[in-house]
Amino acid sequence: MNDWVPFEWIAASRFLKEGRMQTLSILAGIGIGVGVIIFMSAALAGQLANVVRRVLSAQAHIVLVPPQEVARPLRGPEVAEAAIVQRPLQRVRSIDQWQRIIDEVAAMPAVTAVSPMASGSVLAVRGEATRSVSVQGVEPDRYFRIVPLPDKIVAGAARLGADDIVIGADLATDLGVRVGDKLNIAVASGQRATLTVSGIVDLGSKGANMRTTYVALHTAQALLGLIGGVSSIDVTVRDIYAAEDVAQRISALTGVEADSWIKTNTQLYLAISAQAIANTTIRFFVGLAIAFGIAAVLIVSVVQKSKEIGILRAMGASRGQILRVFLLQGAVLGLLGSVIGSALGALAIILWGALVRNPDGTPLFPLELDPELFLAAAILATLSGLIAAYVPALRGARLDPAAAIRG
Amino acid sequence: MADAVVLLEAVRKSYNVGTPVETEVLHGIDLALEKGELCALMGPSGSGKSTLLNLIGLLDRPSGGRLTIDGHETSGLGDKALTRLRGHTIGFVFQYHYLIPAFTALENVIMPMLVDRGRPDPEMRARAEALLDSVGLVPWRNNLATNMSGGQQQRVAVARALAMNPALLLADEPTGNLDTKSAQGVFDVMRAVNRDHGTTILVVTHNRSLADQCDRIVQIVDGRITPDEGTAAHG
Ligand SMILES: Nc1ncnc2c1ncn2[C@@H]1O[C@H](COP(=O)(O)OP(=O)(O)OP(=O)(O)O)[C@@H](O)[C@H]1O
Ligand SMILES: [Mg+2]
Repeated sequence: MNDWVPFEWIAASRFLKEGRMQTLSILAGIGIGVGVIIFMSAALAGQLANVVRRVLSAQAHIVLVPPQEVARPLRGPEVAEAAIVQRPLQRVRSIDQWQRIIDEVAAMPAVTAVSPMASGSVLAVRGEATRSVSVQGVEPDRYFRIVPLPDKIVAGAARLGADDIVIGADLATDLGVRVGDKLNIAVASGQRATLTVSGIVDLGSKGANMRTTYVALHTAQALLGLIGGVSSIDVTVRDIYAAEDVAQRISALTGVEADSWIKTNTQLYLAISAQAIANTTIRFFVGLAIAFGIAAVLIVSVVQKSKEIGILRAMGASRGQILRVFLLQGAVLGLLGSVIGSALGALAIILWGALVRNPDGTPLFPLELDPELFLAAAILATLSGLIAAYVPALRGARLDPAAAIRG
Repeated sequence: MADAVVLLEAVRKSYNVGTPVETEVLHGIDLALEKGELCALMGPSGSGKSTLLNLIGLLDRPSGGRLTIDGHETSGLGDKALTRLRGHTIGFVFQYHYLIPAFTALENVIMPMLVDRGRPDPEMRARAEALLDSVGLVPWRNNLATNMSGGQQQRVAVARALAMNPALLLADEPTGNLDTKSAQGVFDVMRAVNRDHGTTILVVTHNRSLADQCDRIVQIVDGRITPDEGTAAHG
């Protein structure tokens, strides 16, 4: 009995110690429940982050294109195929007043980066070999904040001067070009240019690496006959799951068509949402099971301790003091249980990282030990302990002392 | 009776009020205990002794009549005020030495002060030691309640009942479970408390020889008090 520790703490901790078996059993139960929640949350979050990272690493969150008429100029590594199907003679349309739109969109708080692009189909010619490719004209400073090309460079540099071109790794192999080599670009309209390969990038998929080239915005504009114009605007947003919302707001604000990654990857997004709902549901019911477990233990404890409660009341303990003694027990059980659960969860996450691997030995996907998750688990478990303890605590507090002492 | 620590006027108690089995257990009790009195309460089993003690101890409320404890008329008091009055004015000793088993002897004696003041302090400890000393149990102060004999536990219970220096000590068959020698030991402790501190004591007992050592014997039969008997000690 330490000095200065309040009566309620002293009594709560002694009662928990006294009912050692009950206390240890319920702590094990809470610990397993919290551990499962922590590991499952980390696993789902890790998997989700992994998938989304893959999808969004070479794609803007939102792409703005001119208002829909008949055909839509598509672009980007993921949709390179579609870009090629585009009828060759169709002129690439420009977005009206794109500079104003960029300013407006960039001013939105939800938006983190905006980058104009002029893109279209061209032929890459090197000696005898000719390949149909997509040329994407960008402003490096802006575009690299959306797709970090410098991180994807495998040779040379992500330099985009007026005569530079950065090409996909498979295209480079196919055409047999290396950094510093010249590459001729021909457009259906008759425009031609000779550019120097300044860098070779790996965009993560063979299709993209085969068909994607990057040039400076001005170079593309000249090639594609889009002087002063852009064919699309890439946008990234703070919260990727709000991308569709933001896209609709942009559309309403500017009149251009805005396609979010959610819309262009509907199946993926639905799968992600379903998983999130399942995760929340499981958390809720595990939490409920924990709360009922704590309540059950404390109800038994109140019955077992009814004589002690009666005695404490007889010696002047108030209802509030008795109430708090049992509420505290609930909170302490929740907190200790969540600490045990956090340890179990962390252990499971570490074991996962060490044992579950791809056939080639690399980790399947990384699981992060997110401190926020542990904090949330501790707070939630403590709160549910408190809430679960409320009914038993009230029973204890309302016990008729005369009846309790009579036994 | 300005000096009455306990004053009952036409106090009634019914159990199961409002149900078909409603029974009146105490039928209009008038009783006054003066400051410093050591009074025995005797009567057959089921006559209402514990019921009466619980009313006086503010653990239960009368169904009718007026109950005044240490000058406070209690019928208008809420649970908080009753709890406070109980904690500060009344100490209890029960038949089944109800120490709190999770605590040591010393901690049990500290408990009423702890409950009152919220946190332990060195002064509480000192007072508890002194009280344990007065019942001859200092060497056992760190024993858990469960590791002591019945007589020792009951002496700890007396020490605990005195922790708040109450005006009134209520004891419901404190020696009922003890052998004659231990019973006399516990009674001697109460007698000494009464003498040294002027504590008013009401003790329920079936033990005639202990009752005879009190200042006064109150008899209760079927929920009614019969005229006081003299005691051997006080004729
Ligand atoms: N909570 C209760 N509900 C109903 N009846 C009760 C209750 N408590 C006591 N009684 C009844 O009231 C009467 C008096 O009981 P009480 O316990 O006061 O007697 P007592 O004099 O203390 O007896 P004993 O000497 O056996 O302890 C008994 O008939 C008992 O059955
Ligand atoms: Mg009784």
